[in-house]
Amino acid sequence: MAKPKVAFYWCASCGGCEEAVVDLAEDLLKVVDAVDIVLWPVALDFKRKDVEAMKDGAIAVSFINGAVRTEEQEEMVKLLRKKSGLVVAFGSCAHIGGIPGLANFWDRETIFERVYKDVPSVRNPEGIYPQQKTKVDGVELTLPEFYDTVYTLDQVINVDYYLPGCAPPPDLIMNAVTAILEGKLPDKGSVLAPDKSLCDTCPRKDSKPEKLSIKAIRRPHEVIADPEKCFLEEGIICLGPATRSGCGERCINANMPCRGCFGPTKGVRDQGAKMVSAIASILGVEDEDKVTEEEVESLVKQIDDPAGLFYMYSLPASMLRRKRMG
Amino acid sequence: MKEPTIVGFLCNWCSYEGADRAGDARLEYPANIRTVRVMCSGRVEPEFVLHAFREGASGVLILGCHPGDCHYKMGNYKARRRISLLKKTLEQLGIEPERVRLDWVAAGEGERFAKVANEMADTIKGLGPLELS
Ligand code: SF4
Ligand code: SF4
Ligand code: FES
Repeated sequence: MAKPKVAFYWCASCGGCEEAVVDLAEDLLKVVDAVDIVLWPVALDFKRKDVEAMKDGAIAVSFINGAVRTEEQEEMVKLLRKKSGLVVAFGSCAHIGGIPGLANFWDRETIFERVYKDVPSVRNPEGIYPQQKTKVDGVELTLPEFYDTVYTLDQVINVDYYLPGCAPPPDLIMNAVTAILEGKLPDKGSVLAPDKSLCDTCPRKDSKPEKLSIKAIRRPHEVIADPEKCFLEEGIICLGPATRSGCGERCINANMPCRGCFGPTKGVRDQGAKMVSAIASILGVEDEDKVTEEEVESLVKQIDDPAGLFYMYSLPASMLRRKRMG
Repeated sequence: MKEPTIVGFLCNWCSYEGADRAGDARLEYPANIRTVRVMCSGRVEPEFVLHAFREGASGVLILGCHPGDCHYKMGNYKARRRISLLKKTLEQLGIEPERVRLDWVAAGEGERFAKVANEMADTIKGLGPLELS
């Protein structure tokens, strides 16, 4: 029997998801043995035309990482969708927008201005910006369109499964690959990770008092966190309450609070809104009936950048999707 | 032009009654407020507010019992912290914080309900409809 064809592709991402595939170590050899890789730009020399030449549905599964922010990425993922039986959104950026999704606090114009003009290391007094079409010696050169908004993969094409994480951990990748090879996949649309919150599986959860009340918010660089205590108890914002488990508590074990890369659990529609709720239910609860309006304001004021923090990975997937530009 | 829609989450134990009173007394209040009865202002999740905006609301009004009067004791204190943090978050996302208002209206306060609702309608009219991409 012919081996199933598999494609790996990247869009707006950092390369970490490619690294995650390599991190499978010896297991990668098993995967390579069992499948036929037909596209993997970071490692193999296949081109778009090779994909175009395939029959529709010829690829068993495409693993696509990265968010979608350019016309070229949109074309490629649509092509891969057509040619693939299954599409897996691989990693935070494809799943919920990820760090590139923070660009949704700006738009093309403000990003170009910053990147091509205002940064101190750039000198561009004429204000030359990338153009989609440029004539050089009578030849027209083109660039794909750069969108105002960063999209999650499922806002552009149908996605069958999601592998969360920045980057997805090797055990979840191997579980997913095995499930695909053995045809033992859960319902379409599933996130291939446990549907529990990170707090449920966190090694520090037992230290969390029943009724938590904090007054002072501390940022991770301002204190050395107690390695035994729940971050929230120390006033360090941790996205555990609004985040799906499955990463192996990687940040917590490195004594850093969670930043939400696994996205929310199934019942949560908006990870940032869930964090607003989680923090508001512990901030200044003690003697709450004696706290004045002004005191509430100053408690809240301590959080410098709630939108950036609560939506660090999930702004494109959120209900508002992006900042509204005035 | 159609007036921009305002969604009002009204606590069952006080403000909902207050709105009824305003109705009974035939007090004028804006027709573009769609009310949703909730058991307590503390029941209003930030997600509900975003959902209302996503579905086309231009403003969200949350009304609960006066401090000290919450049927569940502390629900309105929780609402206060939540909405305050939500407003700060929304502002960063380009949504004017005035589009969300938390206030207190007791069961007998028909007039107060009408006043708050009218003020909210004016505010939203001034800001214009909320368009989301
Ligand atoms: S808030 Fe963070 S540190 Fe505390 S239990 Fe949840 S995941 Fe663990
Ligand atoms: S702790 Fe949070 S941010 Fe860190 S890897 Fe896990 S889910 Fe991602
Ligand atoms: S019951 Fe009315 S605010 Fe809680």
